[in-house]
Amino acid sequence: MKKLMLGNEAVARGMYEAGCKIVSSYPGTPSTEITEYAAKYDEMYCEWAPNEKVGLEVAFGASLAGARSACCMKHVGLNVAADPLFTMSYTGVNGGLVICVADDPGMHSSQNEQDSRHYAEAAKLPMLEPADSAEAKEFTKLAFELSEEYDTPVLLRMCTRIAHSQSTVELCDRENMPLKEYEKNPKKYIMAPANAITKHPIVEQRQAKLSEYANTCSVNRAEYADSELGIITSGTCYQYVKEILGDSVSILKLGMVNPLPEQLILDFASKAGRLVVIEELDPYIENYCKSLGLKVEGKNILPICGEFSQRMIAEAMGLDVSNYTEAEKLPVRPPVMCAGCPHRGLFYALAKKKITVLGDIGCYTLGSAAPLNAIDSVLCMGASVSGVHGFNKARGKESEGRTVAVIGDSTFMHSGMTGLANIAYNGTNSTVIIVDNSITGMTGHQHNPTTGYNIKGDPATKIDLETLCHALGINRVKVVDPYDLKTTEAVIMEEIAADEPSVIISRRPCALLKSVKLGAPLTVDNDKCRSCKACMRIGCPAISMKGEKAKIDETLCVGCDVCKQLCAFDAIGGAK
Amino acid sequence: MKTTNIMIVGVGGQGSLLASKLLGNLLLDQGYDVKVSEVHGMSQRGGSVVTYVKFGERVYSPIIDRCEADFIVAFEGLEAARYVPNLAQGGRFIVNTQQIDPMPVITGAAEYPVDIIDRLQDSLSNVDAIDALALAKEAGSVKAVNMVLMGRLSKYMSIPEEKWIDAIKKSVAPKFTQMNIKAFTLGRK
Repeated sequence: MKKLMLGNEAVARGMYEAGCKIVSSYPGTPSTEITEYAAKYDEMYCEWAPNEKVGLEVAFGASLAGARSACCMKHVGLNVAADPLFTMSYTGVNGGLVICVADDPGMHSSQNEQDSRHYAEAAKLPMLEPADSAEAKEFTKLAFELSEEYDTPVLLRMCTRIAHSQSTVELCDRENMPLKEYEKNPKKYIMAPANAITKHPIVEQRQAKLSEYANTCSVNRAEYADSELGIITSGTCYQYVKEILGDSVSILKLGMVNPLPEQLILDFASKAGRLVVIEELDPYIENYCKSLGLKVEGKNILPICGEFSQRMIAEAMGLDVSNYTEAEKLPVRPPVMCAGCPHRGLFYALAKKKITVLGDIGCYTLGSAAPLNAIDSVLCMGASVSGVHGFNKARGKESEGRTVAVIGDSTFMHSGMTGLANIAYNGTNSTVIIVDNSITGMTGHQHNPTTGYNIKGDPATKIDLETLCHALGINRVKVVDPYDLKTTEAVIMEEIAADEPSVIISRRPCALLKSVKLGAPLTVDNDKCRSCKACMRIGCPAISMKGEKAKIDETLCVGCDVCKQLCAFDAIGGAK
Repeated sequence: MKTTNIMIVGVGGQGSLLASKLLGNLLLDQGYDVKVSEVHGMSQRGGSVVTYVKFGERVYSPIIDRCEADFIVAFEGLEAARYVPNLAQGGRFIVNTQQIDPMPVITGAAEYPVDIIDRLQDSLSNVDAIDALALAKEAGSVKAVNMVLMGRLSKYMSIPEEKWIDAIKKSVAPKFTQMNIKAFTLGRK
């Protein structure tokens, strides 16, 4: 049966067909749907772990126990999971273990543009890179086989365009993979120095064997044409090359990007008059070719930064492309907090009081946008909490009274807790605001340990944030409703002034949750509206000035009532 | 056979993902090779959203570049103007006349371009402007703008109407089927 599948869905299907039993991941665009789709198969146990390191270690434990297992993450998630990753390269596996990592060239939804292939090279792990959904499924299955054959975790590299493009996939049945025998084997699984010293040469030997395999494996494919031009490429770039050049040039399509196939590349290069590597992000394949002494082009004609497209490659190759007129200069449309977003009220209060805000990763990063402009820094998951402590240590008491960290519920569970323990332990009077919208929002509504539900939506242990913060050494823990502007502002001012560390939990479920029922859309009474634009200060996409009067878009407004609290003339009505 | 390229552009939250899903499955059922490229995550939050649907005998690139779109279905006027350079020679432009102010316009940092639909019609030959929001309301929900626009697109494609209706039935929850079909039919008129 043929089915149109998202690349991520195809990876999940590949796991299912390969007999994978355990999947533990943390959501992150563009990788999230892999685990969401995997959870739809009853034959696989799937879970959202609190972070990628936990997820990968869960997958390791399951592999140790003899099950085929997997862990999925976005590129920056692999930084979090890097600690187990590097040493799992030494232990190897029992049941096959596949790590899916999704890069985001062009940074559609990411804070950096790192190239995960460097991890494969640094950790000495094989890495496969599919170029469409059919390959995403097949490569996932191959990854499990290689994992067991070569006794190694295998990386599967996705990118946004493969992860979030649908293409056709042929479905197969699930392979029955009984648990492998578990035997205690300290030399293999206890990576204390004495054992690790013996394992390192084995890793090097494995790399050498995999290099041999890479020369002949079916996923590395030379497509020869009667042409002087030879292109080496992989992943989505292969599709762009085929789109513009079809069968007119020779192409070496690499499905395995670590280790790279030395002999295959040398053979291919020997038949090409002009050799060009077409790869997004870093000159990874190109540098390898150069290390082989090959004369090769790549980043001299195509950029390191950003995403490619077929036209960009055509232009770089000097092909004729159709002319077009640039669009007129138009207002940009950046992402914004949704109408009714509970984060809005909180950031309004912070902006109004001109408080320095160390932000974090999630929907609430959008508090940095105009008109609120309420955030001073965003680095990585959890950095707000650790950062505010450092900021306050550096600037002292004056800073403690005007600086906060803002972090989401899921991000706090991911890597905010340790930072909070540090605040309590090493003592700054820092204020940490946990914006608890009862869900992992930006990645599309995944549950986390504070929501009370698991990945399937079944009830699960709900970790109580107040109790947790107390346990981490924080005595002052206040809860506010960010829809209540006055109280929110008052509590913030009280807590930043406090002579001890404190946590404010700004609690309101995400307005997009199906369970959330707010009021009817609000309306503006034109007779009462004095055009003062006070309601515009919160940056709600549902409110605009039409002519002289404020207007509320009925298709967007969810009746949260926040704008109503800003109107001094009682012009906004309806709802509650 | 040349690949046919359809771009769906709009504002995050307008339902373009569902429209592309519907199109993808419909085209697959017609026996084509199909690729559909979506945008998830950050840019969905009220940002400018682009979806590519491509079909033919063999589709390679999942994206549609400058001068490549045979159809652009724009869910909003400003987003229509933004993607004019993507329209192929002789391509068809379907535009919802709805205006959704982006944040820079709301904050007063920028102005929404005046007469944007009129100017599109003046500068391009194949523009079909439609008040999809009004028709969606007539069908029973402002959320059915996507089906109204799919209805209009269907007029320009050779796939029989009943195939579209079947695809709608497969793509939406049963309790919304009739409303969505009504929206589609109103758009197709």
